[in-house]
Amino acid sequence: MIGEGLSRTDGPLKVSGRARYSAERREMGEPLHGFILGAAIGKGRVVSIDTSRAEAMPGVQLVLTHLNAPPQAEVIPKSDILDVQPQLTTDVIAHYGAPVAFVVADTFEQARAAAALIDIGYEVVAGEFVLDENSAAPEWHDESRLGDLDAAMAAGAATIDAVYATPYHFSQPMELHACIADWRNGHLTLHIAAQMVAQLADAVADTILIDRSCITVDSSFVGGGFGAKIALHAEAILSALATRQLNRPVQLVLTRRQGFTIAGHRPASISRVRLAATREGQLTGIGHDANIQVSPEGNWKEGVATVARALYAAPNRLTRTRHSELDTGVCEPVRGPGEVPGLMVFESALDELAEKLGIDPLELRIRNDTAIDPEKHRPLSGRRLVECLREGAARFGWDQRPKTPASRRDGRWLIGYGVGSSIRGHYQTTAEARVRLDPDGQVIVQTDMTDIGTGTYTIAAQVAAAALGVPVGQVRVELARSNLPRGNGAGGSWGSGNTSVAIDRACQALREKLGRVAGTGYNDLFAEVRRHFPTGIEAVGSTRGMDDEPSYENFSIFTYGATFTEVGVDIMTGETRIRRMLGVFSAGRILNAKTARSQLLGGMIWGISAALHEAAHVDPRNGAWVNGDFAEYLVPTHADVPQIEAIALDDFDGAANHLGSKGIGELGSGGTAGSVANAVYNATGVRVRDFPITISKLLPGLPKI
Amino acid sequence: MPGTEDAGLPEAPGAVPLSLCVNGKPWVLQIDPRTSLLDALREHLHLTGTKKGCDHGQCGACTVLVNGRRINSCLSLAVMHEGDEISTIEGLGSPEALHPMQQAFIDHDGFQCGYCTPGQILSALAVIEEIKAGIPSHVTADLNAPPPLSASEIRERMSGNLCRCAAYPNIIAAIQDVSGIPS
Ligand code: FES
Ligand code: FES
Repeated sequence: MIGEGLSRTDGPLKVSGRARYSAERREMGEPLHGFILGAAIGKGRVVSIDTSRAEAMPGVQLVLTHLNAPPQAEVIPKSDILDVQPQLTTDVIAHYGAPVAFVVADTFEQARAAAALIDIGYEVVAGEFVLDENSAAPEWHDESRLGDLDAAMAAGAATIDAVYATPYHFSQPMELHACIADWRNGHLTLHIAAQMVAQLADAVADTILIDRSCITVDSSFVGGGFGAKIALHAEAILSALATRQLNRPVQLVLTRRQGFTIAGHRPASISRVRLAATREGQLTGIGHDANIQVSPEGNWKEGVATVARALYAAPNRLTRTRHSELDTGVCEPVRGPGEVPGLMVFESALDELAEKLGIDPLELRIRNDTAIDPEKHRPLSGRRLVECLREGAARFGWDQRPKTPASRRDGRWLIGYGVGSSIRGHYQTTAEARVRLDPDGQVIVQTDMTDIGTGTYTIAAQVAAAALGVPVGQVRVELARSNLPRGNGAGGSWGSGNTSVAIDRACQALREKLGRVAGTGYNDLFAEVRRHFPTGIEAVGSTRGMDDEPSYENFSIFTYGATFTEVGVDIMTGETRIRRMLGVFSAGRILNAKTARSQLLGGMIWGISAALHEAAHVDPRNGAWVNGDFAEYLVPTHADVPQIEAIALDDFDGAANHLGSKGIGELGSGGTAGSVANAVYNATGVRVRDFPITISKLLPGLPKI
Repeated sequence: MPGTEDAGLPEAPGAVPLSLCVNGKPWVLQIDPRTSLLDALREHLHLTGTKKGCDHGQCGACTVLVNGRRINSCLSLAVMHEGDEISTIEGLGSPEALHPMQQAFIDHDGFQCGYCTPGQILSALAVIEEIKAGIPSHVTADLNAPPPLSASEIRERMSGNLCRCAAYPNIIAAIQDVSGIPS
């Protein structure tokens, strides 16, 4: 039952439009509607505010600015994404679009119109908005050094020393950031699009200075997250402050453009990658220096330079990061944090090395495999990268790869093949789940884990059904409310693993309780429940954090994958099209073959996107996002994606947990991006080191027609 | 037939009367002329199956059928639809009695978070009809022949419906299944 490709149990509600996402809930009655006014400068101060015209507009109930916003916790500079996030408590503007006023009115149309009538006077301060070689502070951070990279570079038979740039990325889930806040009898309920409900509840309570017991967060259906719905943002705080003041529910949905200025981003980066190898293709040196944007407002650091630390063997290694503190807004996790930019450039550099050595890039990767974590010197559990590479190569027909760049044509199309490896750390955090057996024959699973498209409703039912030996249809799964047993939500690819382990343990505890009175020979579970526990029986199961699990000390635990890509590049226009793609992954035991495949495919398409489409461009004059919407911030569409395939190897990693499962949500993207870049090079002979690979960067170097 | 009154929101100053037929049911509304068709459905009629993904005609989440043709309901003011027949996802099928396209989306896992899904499903149905009606697309090679009901035609015509979960391969598989195109 675990692993079976069961269709999603929440499917009927979703395909019929009956699943109610946050801003669609109405059990609290008709809400008022809020609208945020964002700053029109990139850095500075508000020096005057006139809200009189807005306040006089029909339907307006409240206008909040820093002059009248209720007291909140102190601002924490360089805060964590789930620290307190007070709103409208200062006249200081730290980035373009930061909230400067909030209007609440009877209707959305009224609130939006009124917000446009607020007059703000600004004092502009010069800001830093451009990431380049000069923007970084001199200190190195997060350095890991083994051996002597400089010596390896000097002695290498072949070396690469190249600079790559990656742009700002935004998660931009399809459901906008949305919240309905309802203050009632001294209790605040937030229906909010969130990935981690308990942690969000903590942060909201701390921000608006209420007791944690006075808040419930509910995120029953979430329209995608990809990292953007982990952090606490203005929609939660402003709607909460307003409902408490007005004693009416308040709905606040960010606009898509506000999704670029109020939610955070993956920082842009500049990487210098150094590789040294023997003539036989044995890596002797690996170096990755990254320069990343960081924000004075938050402390999220994209781990660009760290992703290759356990990917390949080499005795001399140096990976480290410099910080460019810019006023371009807050950094947050975006799907594949570190891996997308980091692997995209590192796997490109490895391809460049393969060409210098005259070795097949697949073979180069295989030759540098390692069973031991090269930096932590402990075994890599479930290390099956080479199997992913070999299996993928055989199925894809890698032996048909054009050996010389720009050597194969199909009409106007230049054809190229590329490969990229993926690696992603597997994490475990504390989590709890409660499982209840009702005498009427129902199993009820409860935990605060969210299903943001990850299939949690389905997987949780499968795990409980398997552990208890009942049909999946008998299991009801309740998720994503902060008054349910606490976990760590959806993020970091840990959600399904944590939750499944906790649910399984709760089920085992139930079986033990039952076994003590009923023995083990019974054949009707619920008959025994009715006999011995007429009001039902429940038990709680949990996972421990990695620090408390010895196997996370004894092993380095990762997931692995290899993506193979065939592209066509139009020799006339420079347009790149994906023609074929296959990803092969090793990620422990798969909990649901159908939803896992979908998630891996989704990750791969994010890889396509990073290589070819996505880039948010900052206006160097004022830090505004010049392409901050779905018309200009390009994400893949149907026409960009052919019928691609993802395969998960039959796997079980007992070092990760007793179910043998690991996370898959972010695995597919990074190496896939590298494979696309390498395929484009193989097709054209043009190596673009400034991502994404767009027409304008390819055209000048394309072969003559 | 007398229309059902809008039960929800207080009447905004300047509101104008509007009669709509949604999923076969007549409605009489007093509506702020600035209200989009999307917000009329979601906020006034509580038909929240139609989603707001951008409010600017850039994502397709708000796709509905108006008199049988698909439109982005966020790009159209409600008051422009006096007397129109609107079809939304709620009218297509219920969890207990799903339309074959809805079932195919479940079978092929044509969604993850599900937020783009109502728009995808309505667009898919409209796309099949557009191809059958001989309307060409950017990828139609021969403008003098009827466009083929092919995967590439469907991909092209579905490209106004973004899916950030990137369920694209599975969505196409679902549409192929329903429209009888071999995969
Ligand atoms: S909400 Fe209408 S197209 Fe995006
Ligand atoms: S299913 Fe999540 S956006 Fe399409």
